[in-house]
Amino acid sequence: MSPGIRRVALAGLLAALAAPLGAHAQSVVADLTSHLVAITTGFNGTSVVLFGATEGAGDVLVVVQGPARDMIVRHKSKVAAVWVNTRQVTFTAVPSFYAIASSKPLAEIAPSGLLQLQQIGLDNLHLTTDRPLPAADAAEFRTALVRNQERDGLYLPEAGQVTFLGNRLFRTTIGIPANVPTGIYLVQVFLLRNNAVVSGQTVPLVVSELGVDAEVHDFADRYAFAYGVAAVALAALAGWLASLPFRNA
Amino acid sequence: MDIYLPIAALSVDVFVLLGLGGAVGFLSGIFGVGGGFLLTPLLIFIGIPPAVAVASSANQLVGASVSGAIAHWRRGNVDFQMGFVLLIGGFLGSGFGVWLFAVLRRIGQVELVVSMLYVALLGVLGTLMLIESTRAILRQRRPGGTRRKLHTHMWIHGMPLKMRFRRSKLYISAIVPVGLGFLIGMLSAIMGVGGGFVMVPAMIYMLGMPTAVVPGTSLLQIIFVAANVTILQAAGNGTVDAVLTMILLAGGVIGAQLGTRFGAKLRGEQLRALLALLVLAVAVKLARDLGVRPEDLYSVVMEGGQ
Repeated sequence: MSPGIRRVALAGLLAALAAPLGAHAQSVVADLTSHLVAITTGFNGTSVVLFGATEGAGDVLVVVQGPARDMIVRHKSKVAAVWVNTRQVTFTAVPSFYAIASSKPLAEIAPSGLLQLQQIGLDNLHLTTDRPLPAADAAEFRTALVRNQERDGLYLPEAGQVTFLGNRLFRTTIGIPANVPTGIYLVQVFLLRNNAVVSGQTVPLVVSELGVDAEVHDFADRYAFAYGVAAVALAALAGWLASLPFRNA
Repeated sequence: MDIYLPIAALSVDVFVLLGLGGAVGFLSGIFGVGGGFLLTPLLIFIGIPPAVAVASSANQLVGASVSGAIAHWRRGNVDFQMGFVLLIGGFLGSGFGVWLFAVLRRIGQVELVVSMLYVALLGVLGTLMLIESTRAILRQRRPGGTRRKLHTHMWIHGMPLKMRFRRSKLYISAIVPVGLGFLIGMLSAIMGVGGGFVMVPAMIYMLGMPTAVVPGTSLLQIIFVAANVTILQAAGNGTVDAVLTMILLAGGVIGAQLGTRFGAKLRGEQLRALLALLVLAVAVKLARDLGVRPEDLYSVVMEGGQ
């Protein structure tokens, strides 16, 4: 992660801590048990708990989106007995992670028009390509993108469960798989009443490498050449050290 | 126990990596090849992105080759002069290869080109070596067979810029080893291999070097070409995962030392026949994979990441 992104991440973190202060005017307030997912050496996925309270009755819908990235989708076809990438499409600003959770099945709490308008759910995400495409092709590559992301565990096809504790308190668990991209995630919390959104709040979540791994990555980004030289020197040293015990053999 | 690899950006079981490094290192020690031609496909197989696998294998080769080269150097089995001439070509070739790799990556054909190169090279080499070593073994079984010449002089050896290589007892054109070095350097950059599997047979059959100095000299050249590739890949493509490299090395260097000892007990012809079978097995596996319909015809790559 570059230092620039890290600064942005820090700003996001501060914004998150400040957010609950202005929340009294809303009818839904939510926060995460942790605003930072630290990817350290032993990182193998984790989960973050979102908890909150609503003012009055209603249903809660949570949307988690990872940092937007450009994604290239490639299609293979058989050329002379070999499978070759023959077509490719670049989708711009695609959420790198996507998960939703709701207190009741989506169809019961929000009409499909609303979900489309708010781009909630994998089917309703607006994914744009870097060049105009025939509608059939765009749909085909879009389906492939979503399917691949689902297979990698980065898009969760099923909505998770938001559970109410009593009438007003709610909580849900956001699973973060081991292969998540780093960056700032946005957790949007909506309060729905009578098939309409009456209130909402956005909580940022920072996924960042920490510790030795972050240092290595940071160094490799900033001083790529020196990193290469260091990698060579380390490897050579290790090779030499390993030959020492066998010297007299 | 899982460990997070910072450049590859994923978690892998550390013991899988250690075992992989150890097995490949053992083979590397026996045959005097870097073992990259096995390491790169295996890393891709366990889920490391191909670009990271290629670059980190090159980095791993530096360490594995240092360890192996020292073992051979102690036995006096290194032709430094030949190594230096090979390196001139090696540096030029690896520079060109890293550039080509970046182009292939941009147009999404890295995996295809890498696989096809592996199939073509390993297939041809494995077949040739198997034929040659089988013949040699059969010849040895018949007592009173004719003694071979020191080396067969070919037309390419007569090209200009002739040089005397004392340790190898050769007087041949320097263009041949420079050209060979270039080819190996290019393969090293694109395939993440040291090129020992091309270098060793080429040294024996094309240059006509005595078999005893081949592994040591090959390893010497691999050290520097792999170092060049590592630095260029790190600076140009940002794909060298040093953490991955060090884990592979931890297993690999020990495997290599044991392999060198084990290899010294085997006869040259048997060694070459074994290597030929191994090379053919990898080629067949890769060729089959190219023709098998992928589970999903579509694949996704995140830009900016690997």
